[in-house]
Amino acid sequence: MSLLLQVENLEKSYGGVHAVRGVTFSLEAGTLLALIGPNGAGKSTCFNMLNGQIKPDAGTIRIDGRDIKGLPPRAVWRLGVGRTFQITATFSSMTVRENVQVALLSFHGLIRRVFGFAGTACRAEAEGLLELVGLTSQAERPCGELAYGDLKRLELAVALANQPRLLLMDEPTAGMAPKERVELMRLTAEIAREKGIGVLFTEHDMDVVFEHADAVMVLNRGQLIARGTPLEVRRDPQVRAIYLGEGLLYDARHREGSAA
Amino acid sequence: MEFLLVQALSGLASAASLFLVASGLSIIFGVTRIVNFAHGAFYMLGAYVAYMLTTRLAGPIGFWGAILAASVIVAAMGALMEMVLLRRIYHAPELFQLLATFGVTLMVQDLVVVIWGPEDLLGPRAPGLAGAVSLFGRMVPTYDLFLMVLGPVVLGALWLLFHQTRWGVLVRAATQDREMVAALGVNQKWLFTGVFALGVFLAALGGALQIPRTTVTHTMDLSVIVEVFVVVVIGGLGSVLGAFVAAIIVAELNAFGILILPQISLIMVFLVMAVVLVVRPWGLFGKAESAPRPAAGLTIRPWRPFSTAERVAVAVAVAAVATLPFFLGNYALTVGAEILIFVLFAASLHFIMTVGGLASFGHAAYFGLGAYGAAFMVKFLGAPMEAALLVGPVLGLVGAVLFGWFCVRLSGVYFAMLTLAFAQIAWSIAFQWVDVTGGDNGLLGIWPSTWAARPQGFFWLALAVAVIGVGLLRMLVFSPFGYGLRAVRDSTLRAEAIGLDRARLQWAAFVVAGTFAGIAGALYAFLKGSVFPDFMGIPTSVDGLVMVLLGGIETVSGAVVGAVLYKALAIWLMSQTDLSKLVLGAVIVVVVLAFPKGVVGFIEDMRHRWFAPKKAAAEAATLAKVEAAR
Repeated sequence: MSLLLQVENLEKSYGGVHAVRGVTFSLEAGTLLALIGPNGAGKSTCFNMLNGQIKPDAGTIRIDGRDIKGLPPRAVWRLGVGRTFQITATFSSMTVRENVQVALLSFHGLIRRVFGFAGTACRAEAEGLLELVGLTSQAERPCGELAYGDLKRLELAVALANQPRLLLMDEPTAGMAPKERVELMRLTAEIAREKGIGVLFTEHDMDVVFEHADAVMVLNRGQLIARGTPLEVRRDPQVRAIYLGEGLLYDARHREGSAA
Repeated sequence: MEFLLVQALSGLASAASLFLVASGLSIIFGVTRIVNFAHGAFYMLGAYVAYMLTTRLAGPIGFWGAILAASVIVAAMGALMEMVLLRRIYHAPELFQLLATFGVTLMVQDLVVVIWGPEDLLGPRAPGLAGAVSLFGRMVPTYDLFLMVLGPVVLGALWLLFHQTRWGVLVRAATQDREMVAALGVNQKWLFTGVFALGVFLAALGGALQIPRTTVTHTMDLSVIVEVFVVVVIGGLGSVLGAFVAAIIVAELNAFGILILPQISLIMVFLVMAVVLVVRPWGLFGKAESAPRPAAGLTIRPWRPFSTAERVAVAVAVAAVATLPFFLGNYALTVGAEILIFVLFAASLHFIMTVGGLASFGHAAYFGLGAYGAAFMVKFLGAPMEAALLVGPVLGLVGAVLFGWFCVRLSGVYFAMLTLAFAQIAWSIAFQWVDVTGGDNGLLGIWPSTWAARPQGFFWLALAVAVIGVGLLRMLVFSPFGYGLRAVRDSTLRAEAIGLDRARLQWAAFVVAGTFAGIAGALYAFLKGSVFPDFMGIPTSVDGLVMVLLGGIETVSGAVVGAVLYKALAIWLMSQTDLSKLVLGAVIVVVVLAFPKGVVGFIEDMRHRWFAPKKAAAEAATLAKVEAAR
């Protein structure tokens, strides 16, 4: 398997605050990598550097071997990077289907067309993506009316529109009901493995993280303090002290599970 | 050297009034997010009321008491306007409040003439400050020195108010996050009213203090409002210190611009503002505006192209309009052609405002450039009308390409102000480059070809151009390009994350809008047979804004209806009454209150409400079944 994403010595400071310090990691295609850590650890800053929204102070980011230094988000997107936002960002004046259609029009290089009716363009493809994320029944609703969980699904559909190689998901399940969370991440994992997409996601719900991630990284005060399989990270005493705390519900449930 | 120093002092004295008015506008905008167009009207009212009181009250106490009393009275009027009018429309689309305050401005303009007459009025000198002192061998009015001191004193007082009082802290908190302050149990209503009253008080004080320096006129509102907008934008919206510094910059530019470069003195200030905005997009002391929170519950119904039935209806309506020349006289047809031209102009502004999400306050620039383009073709190349109509709008296009490149770097109110600056620059060039443009005398003798010379022919020409123009703009709305624009407007963050280039898309939209405005302008030149700098003036731009807002900015083509209503009403009122502005202003205010989504938006709401109940009932029935099954 090829290394889809290589990050080396990433640095970013805001004034005197070192938000991200010497972060180095890589991600293989078809795997799910979780980035966890306490609030203010630098997770979102990392994400925003990965898709070009923030310029790093130092370090390199390579996607498929290509250095993305200086590229704006739209150029990073052209390299095959899809992303979802912590607080959903959708086009509220359009229907759910039209949201996906715009992304598809952009992907197919048709967005500058001044003639033709956009409502019928890429329609079947859009409906396919909506079916994939389970939004078919909501397709014609104004996006502003959707429940939050459905907005998160829509973000996933939009992020998949450019047939990405790498998916960046910033707290993909925040604000969703527990059942929906597990479903959404199961869906993401399926799509990722089937299409060979590498997924990097941040998450505060450890059920989601330990259930679906192939590997977990822990960020604290801008530095990576642990990396390994979910099991290894869960047992890491430093991680427990800083972030997970003792007596995790997840552990308890799995002990019960093994006992039963 | 001494002369320059005295000139600088005179500039500082002018800066004081400018600062008072500008800080008021800035404070009001900071908290309520309302661009108070009526601010100039309150400034003028302050001057008139102060004139009335000072001429009746004698002595130093009488004079200063009158100045203060005038400011308080006008502030009460401002508070009243806020409570009666603005309170009802805080949740209307952005800029709708601007329309309401514009309506009030129109009313005040006629009211002051009714009450105080059209003549310029000369108030008394300030007791004790009527003389002059000798400085650097020249005489400087004592009153100017007083104003110079007053500026910093007011700045200090405002600083104390905002930093040392509980009320001030609440206002500053509300400037940052209104919803949060409301959630903390502060009664927003009275906070807003208080802020509005304070802002208006400062405006009125600025006006009242002008009495000893200049005459009181019924046009002083418009001249000050533009200058004050510039000051607020250069200083940074919401920043009182910024308003202070910018007022000094602008006043000094005015004082020295006239000496050094009289040829371009008018555009100096706007040039400086354009430079400031390009280098520091939020003004000298402003901070980046945090993205406004989407108002809860505000869902915009997704736009749809016309259904077949609607298409037929539109075709029938156009056909009906096309038969008008068989029934109407020459005057009515000329008026009709003018309305049609403004339909296209308003539709082009509507495009950049609603689809592009960019409210231009200077759209008349491209209208005027198109008109001058056509006039140049006729005057310098002797081209016939057909050629001039085709080539003339290219000047509008070129202007939009050039100005648009700068403008699309900004958004929101700053975008609006930069477009206004460019329109003023274009106007000043037309006004002052007499050799080419004829200056204030304009270019005359721009007559249509024989086939369109009669009102009937010209009406059909205008109708054809307007229908095709509006049709093309509508087509753009529903094209992939239009979707891209709306995507950028709805969420720039998401749009950039799906590969859309915000600046390029908006620039393209700006050029499209400018070109269509240019086409309308070229036609207008032939309708009037002449071209004047006023084609690009602020009133023309504001007319366009009113038409768009009247139609409704959440609609696809509301501007068409808005333009017909506004233009027809304005022309009709002009012929019926001397107080046309008063009536028009009142009508605008009533329309704003009755149709906060614009006329077309209102009709669409009604249609939705009529057809929705059936659907909602069906949904409720299904839901009931599901519940029952559990």
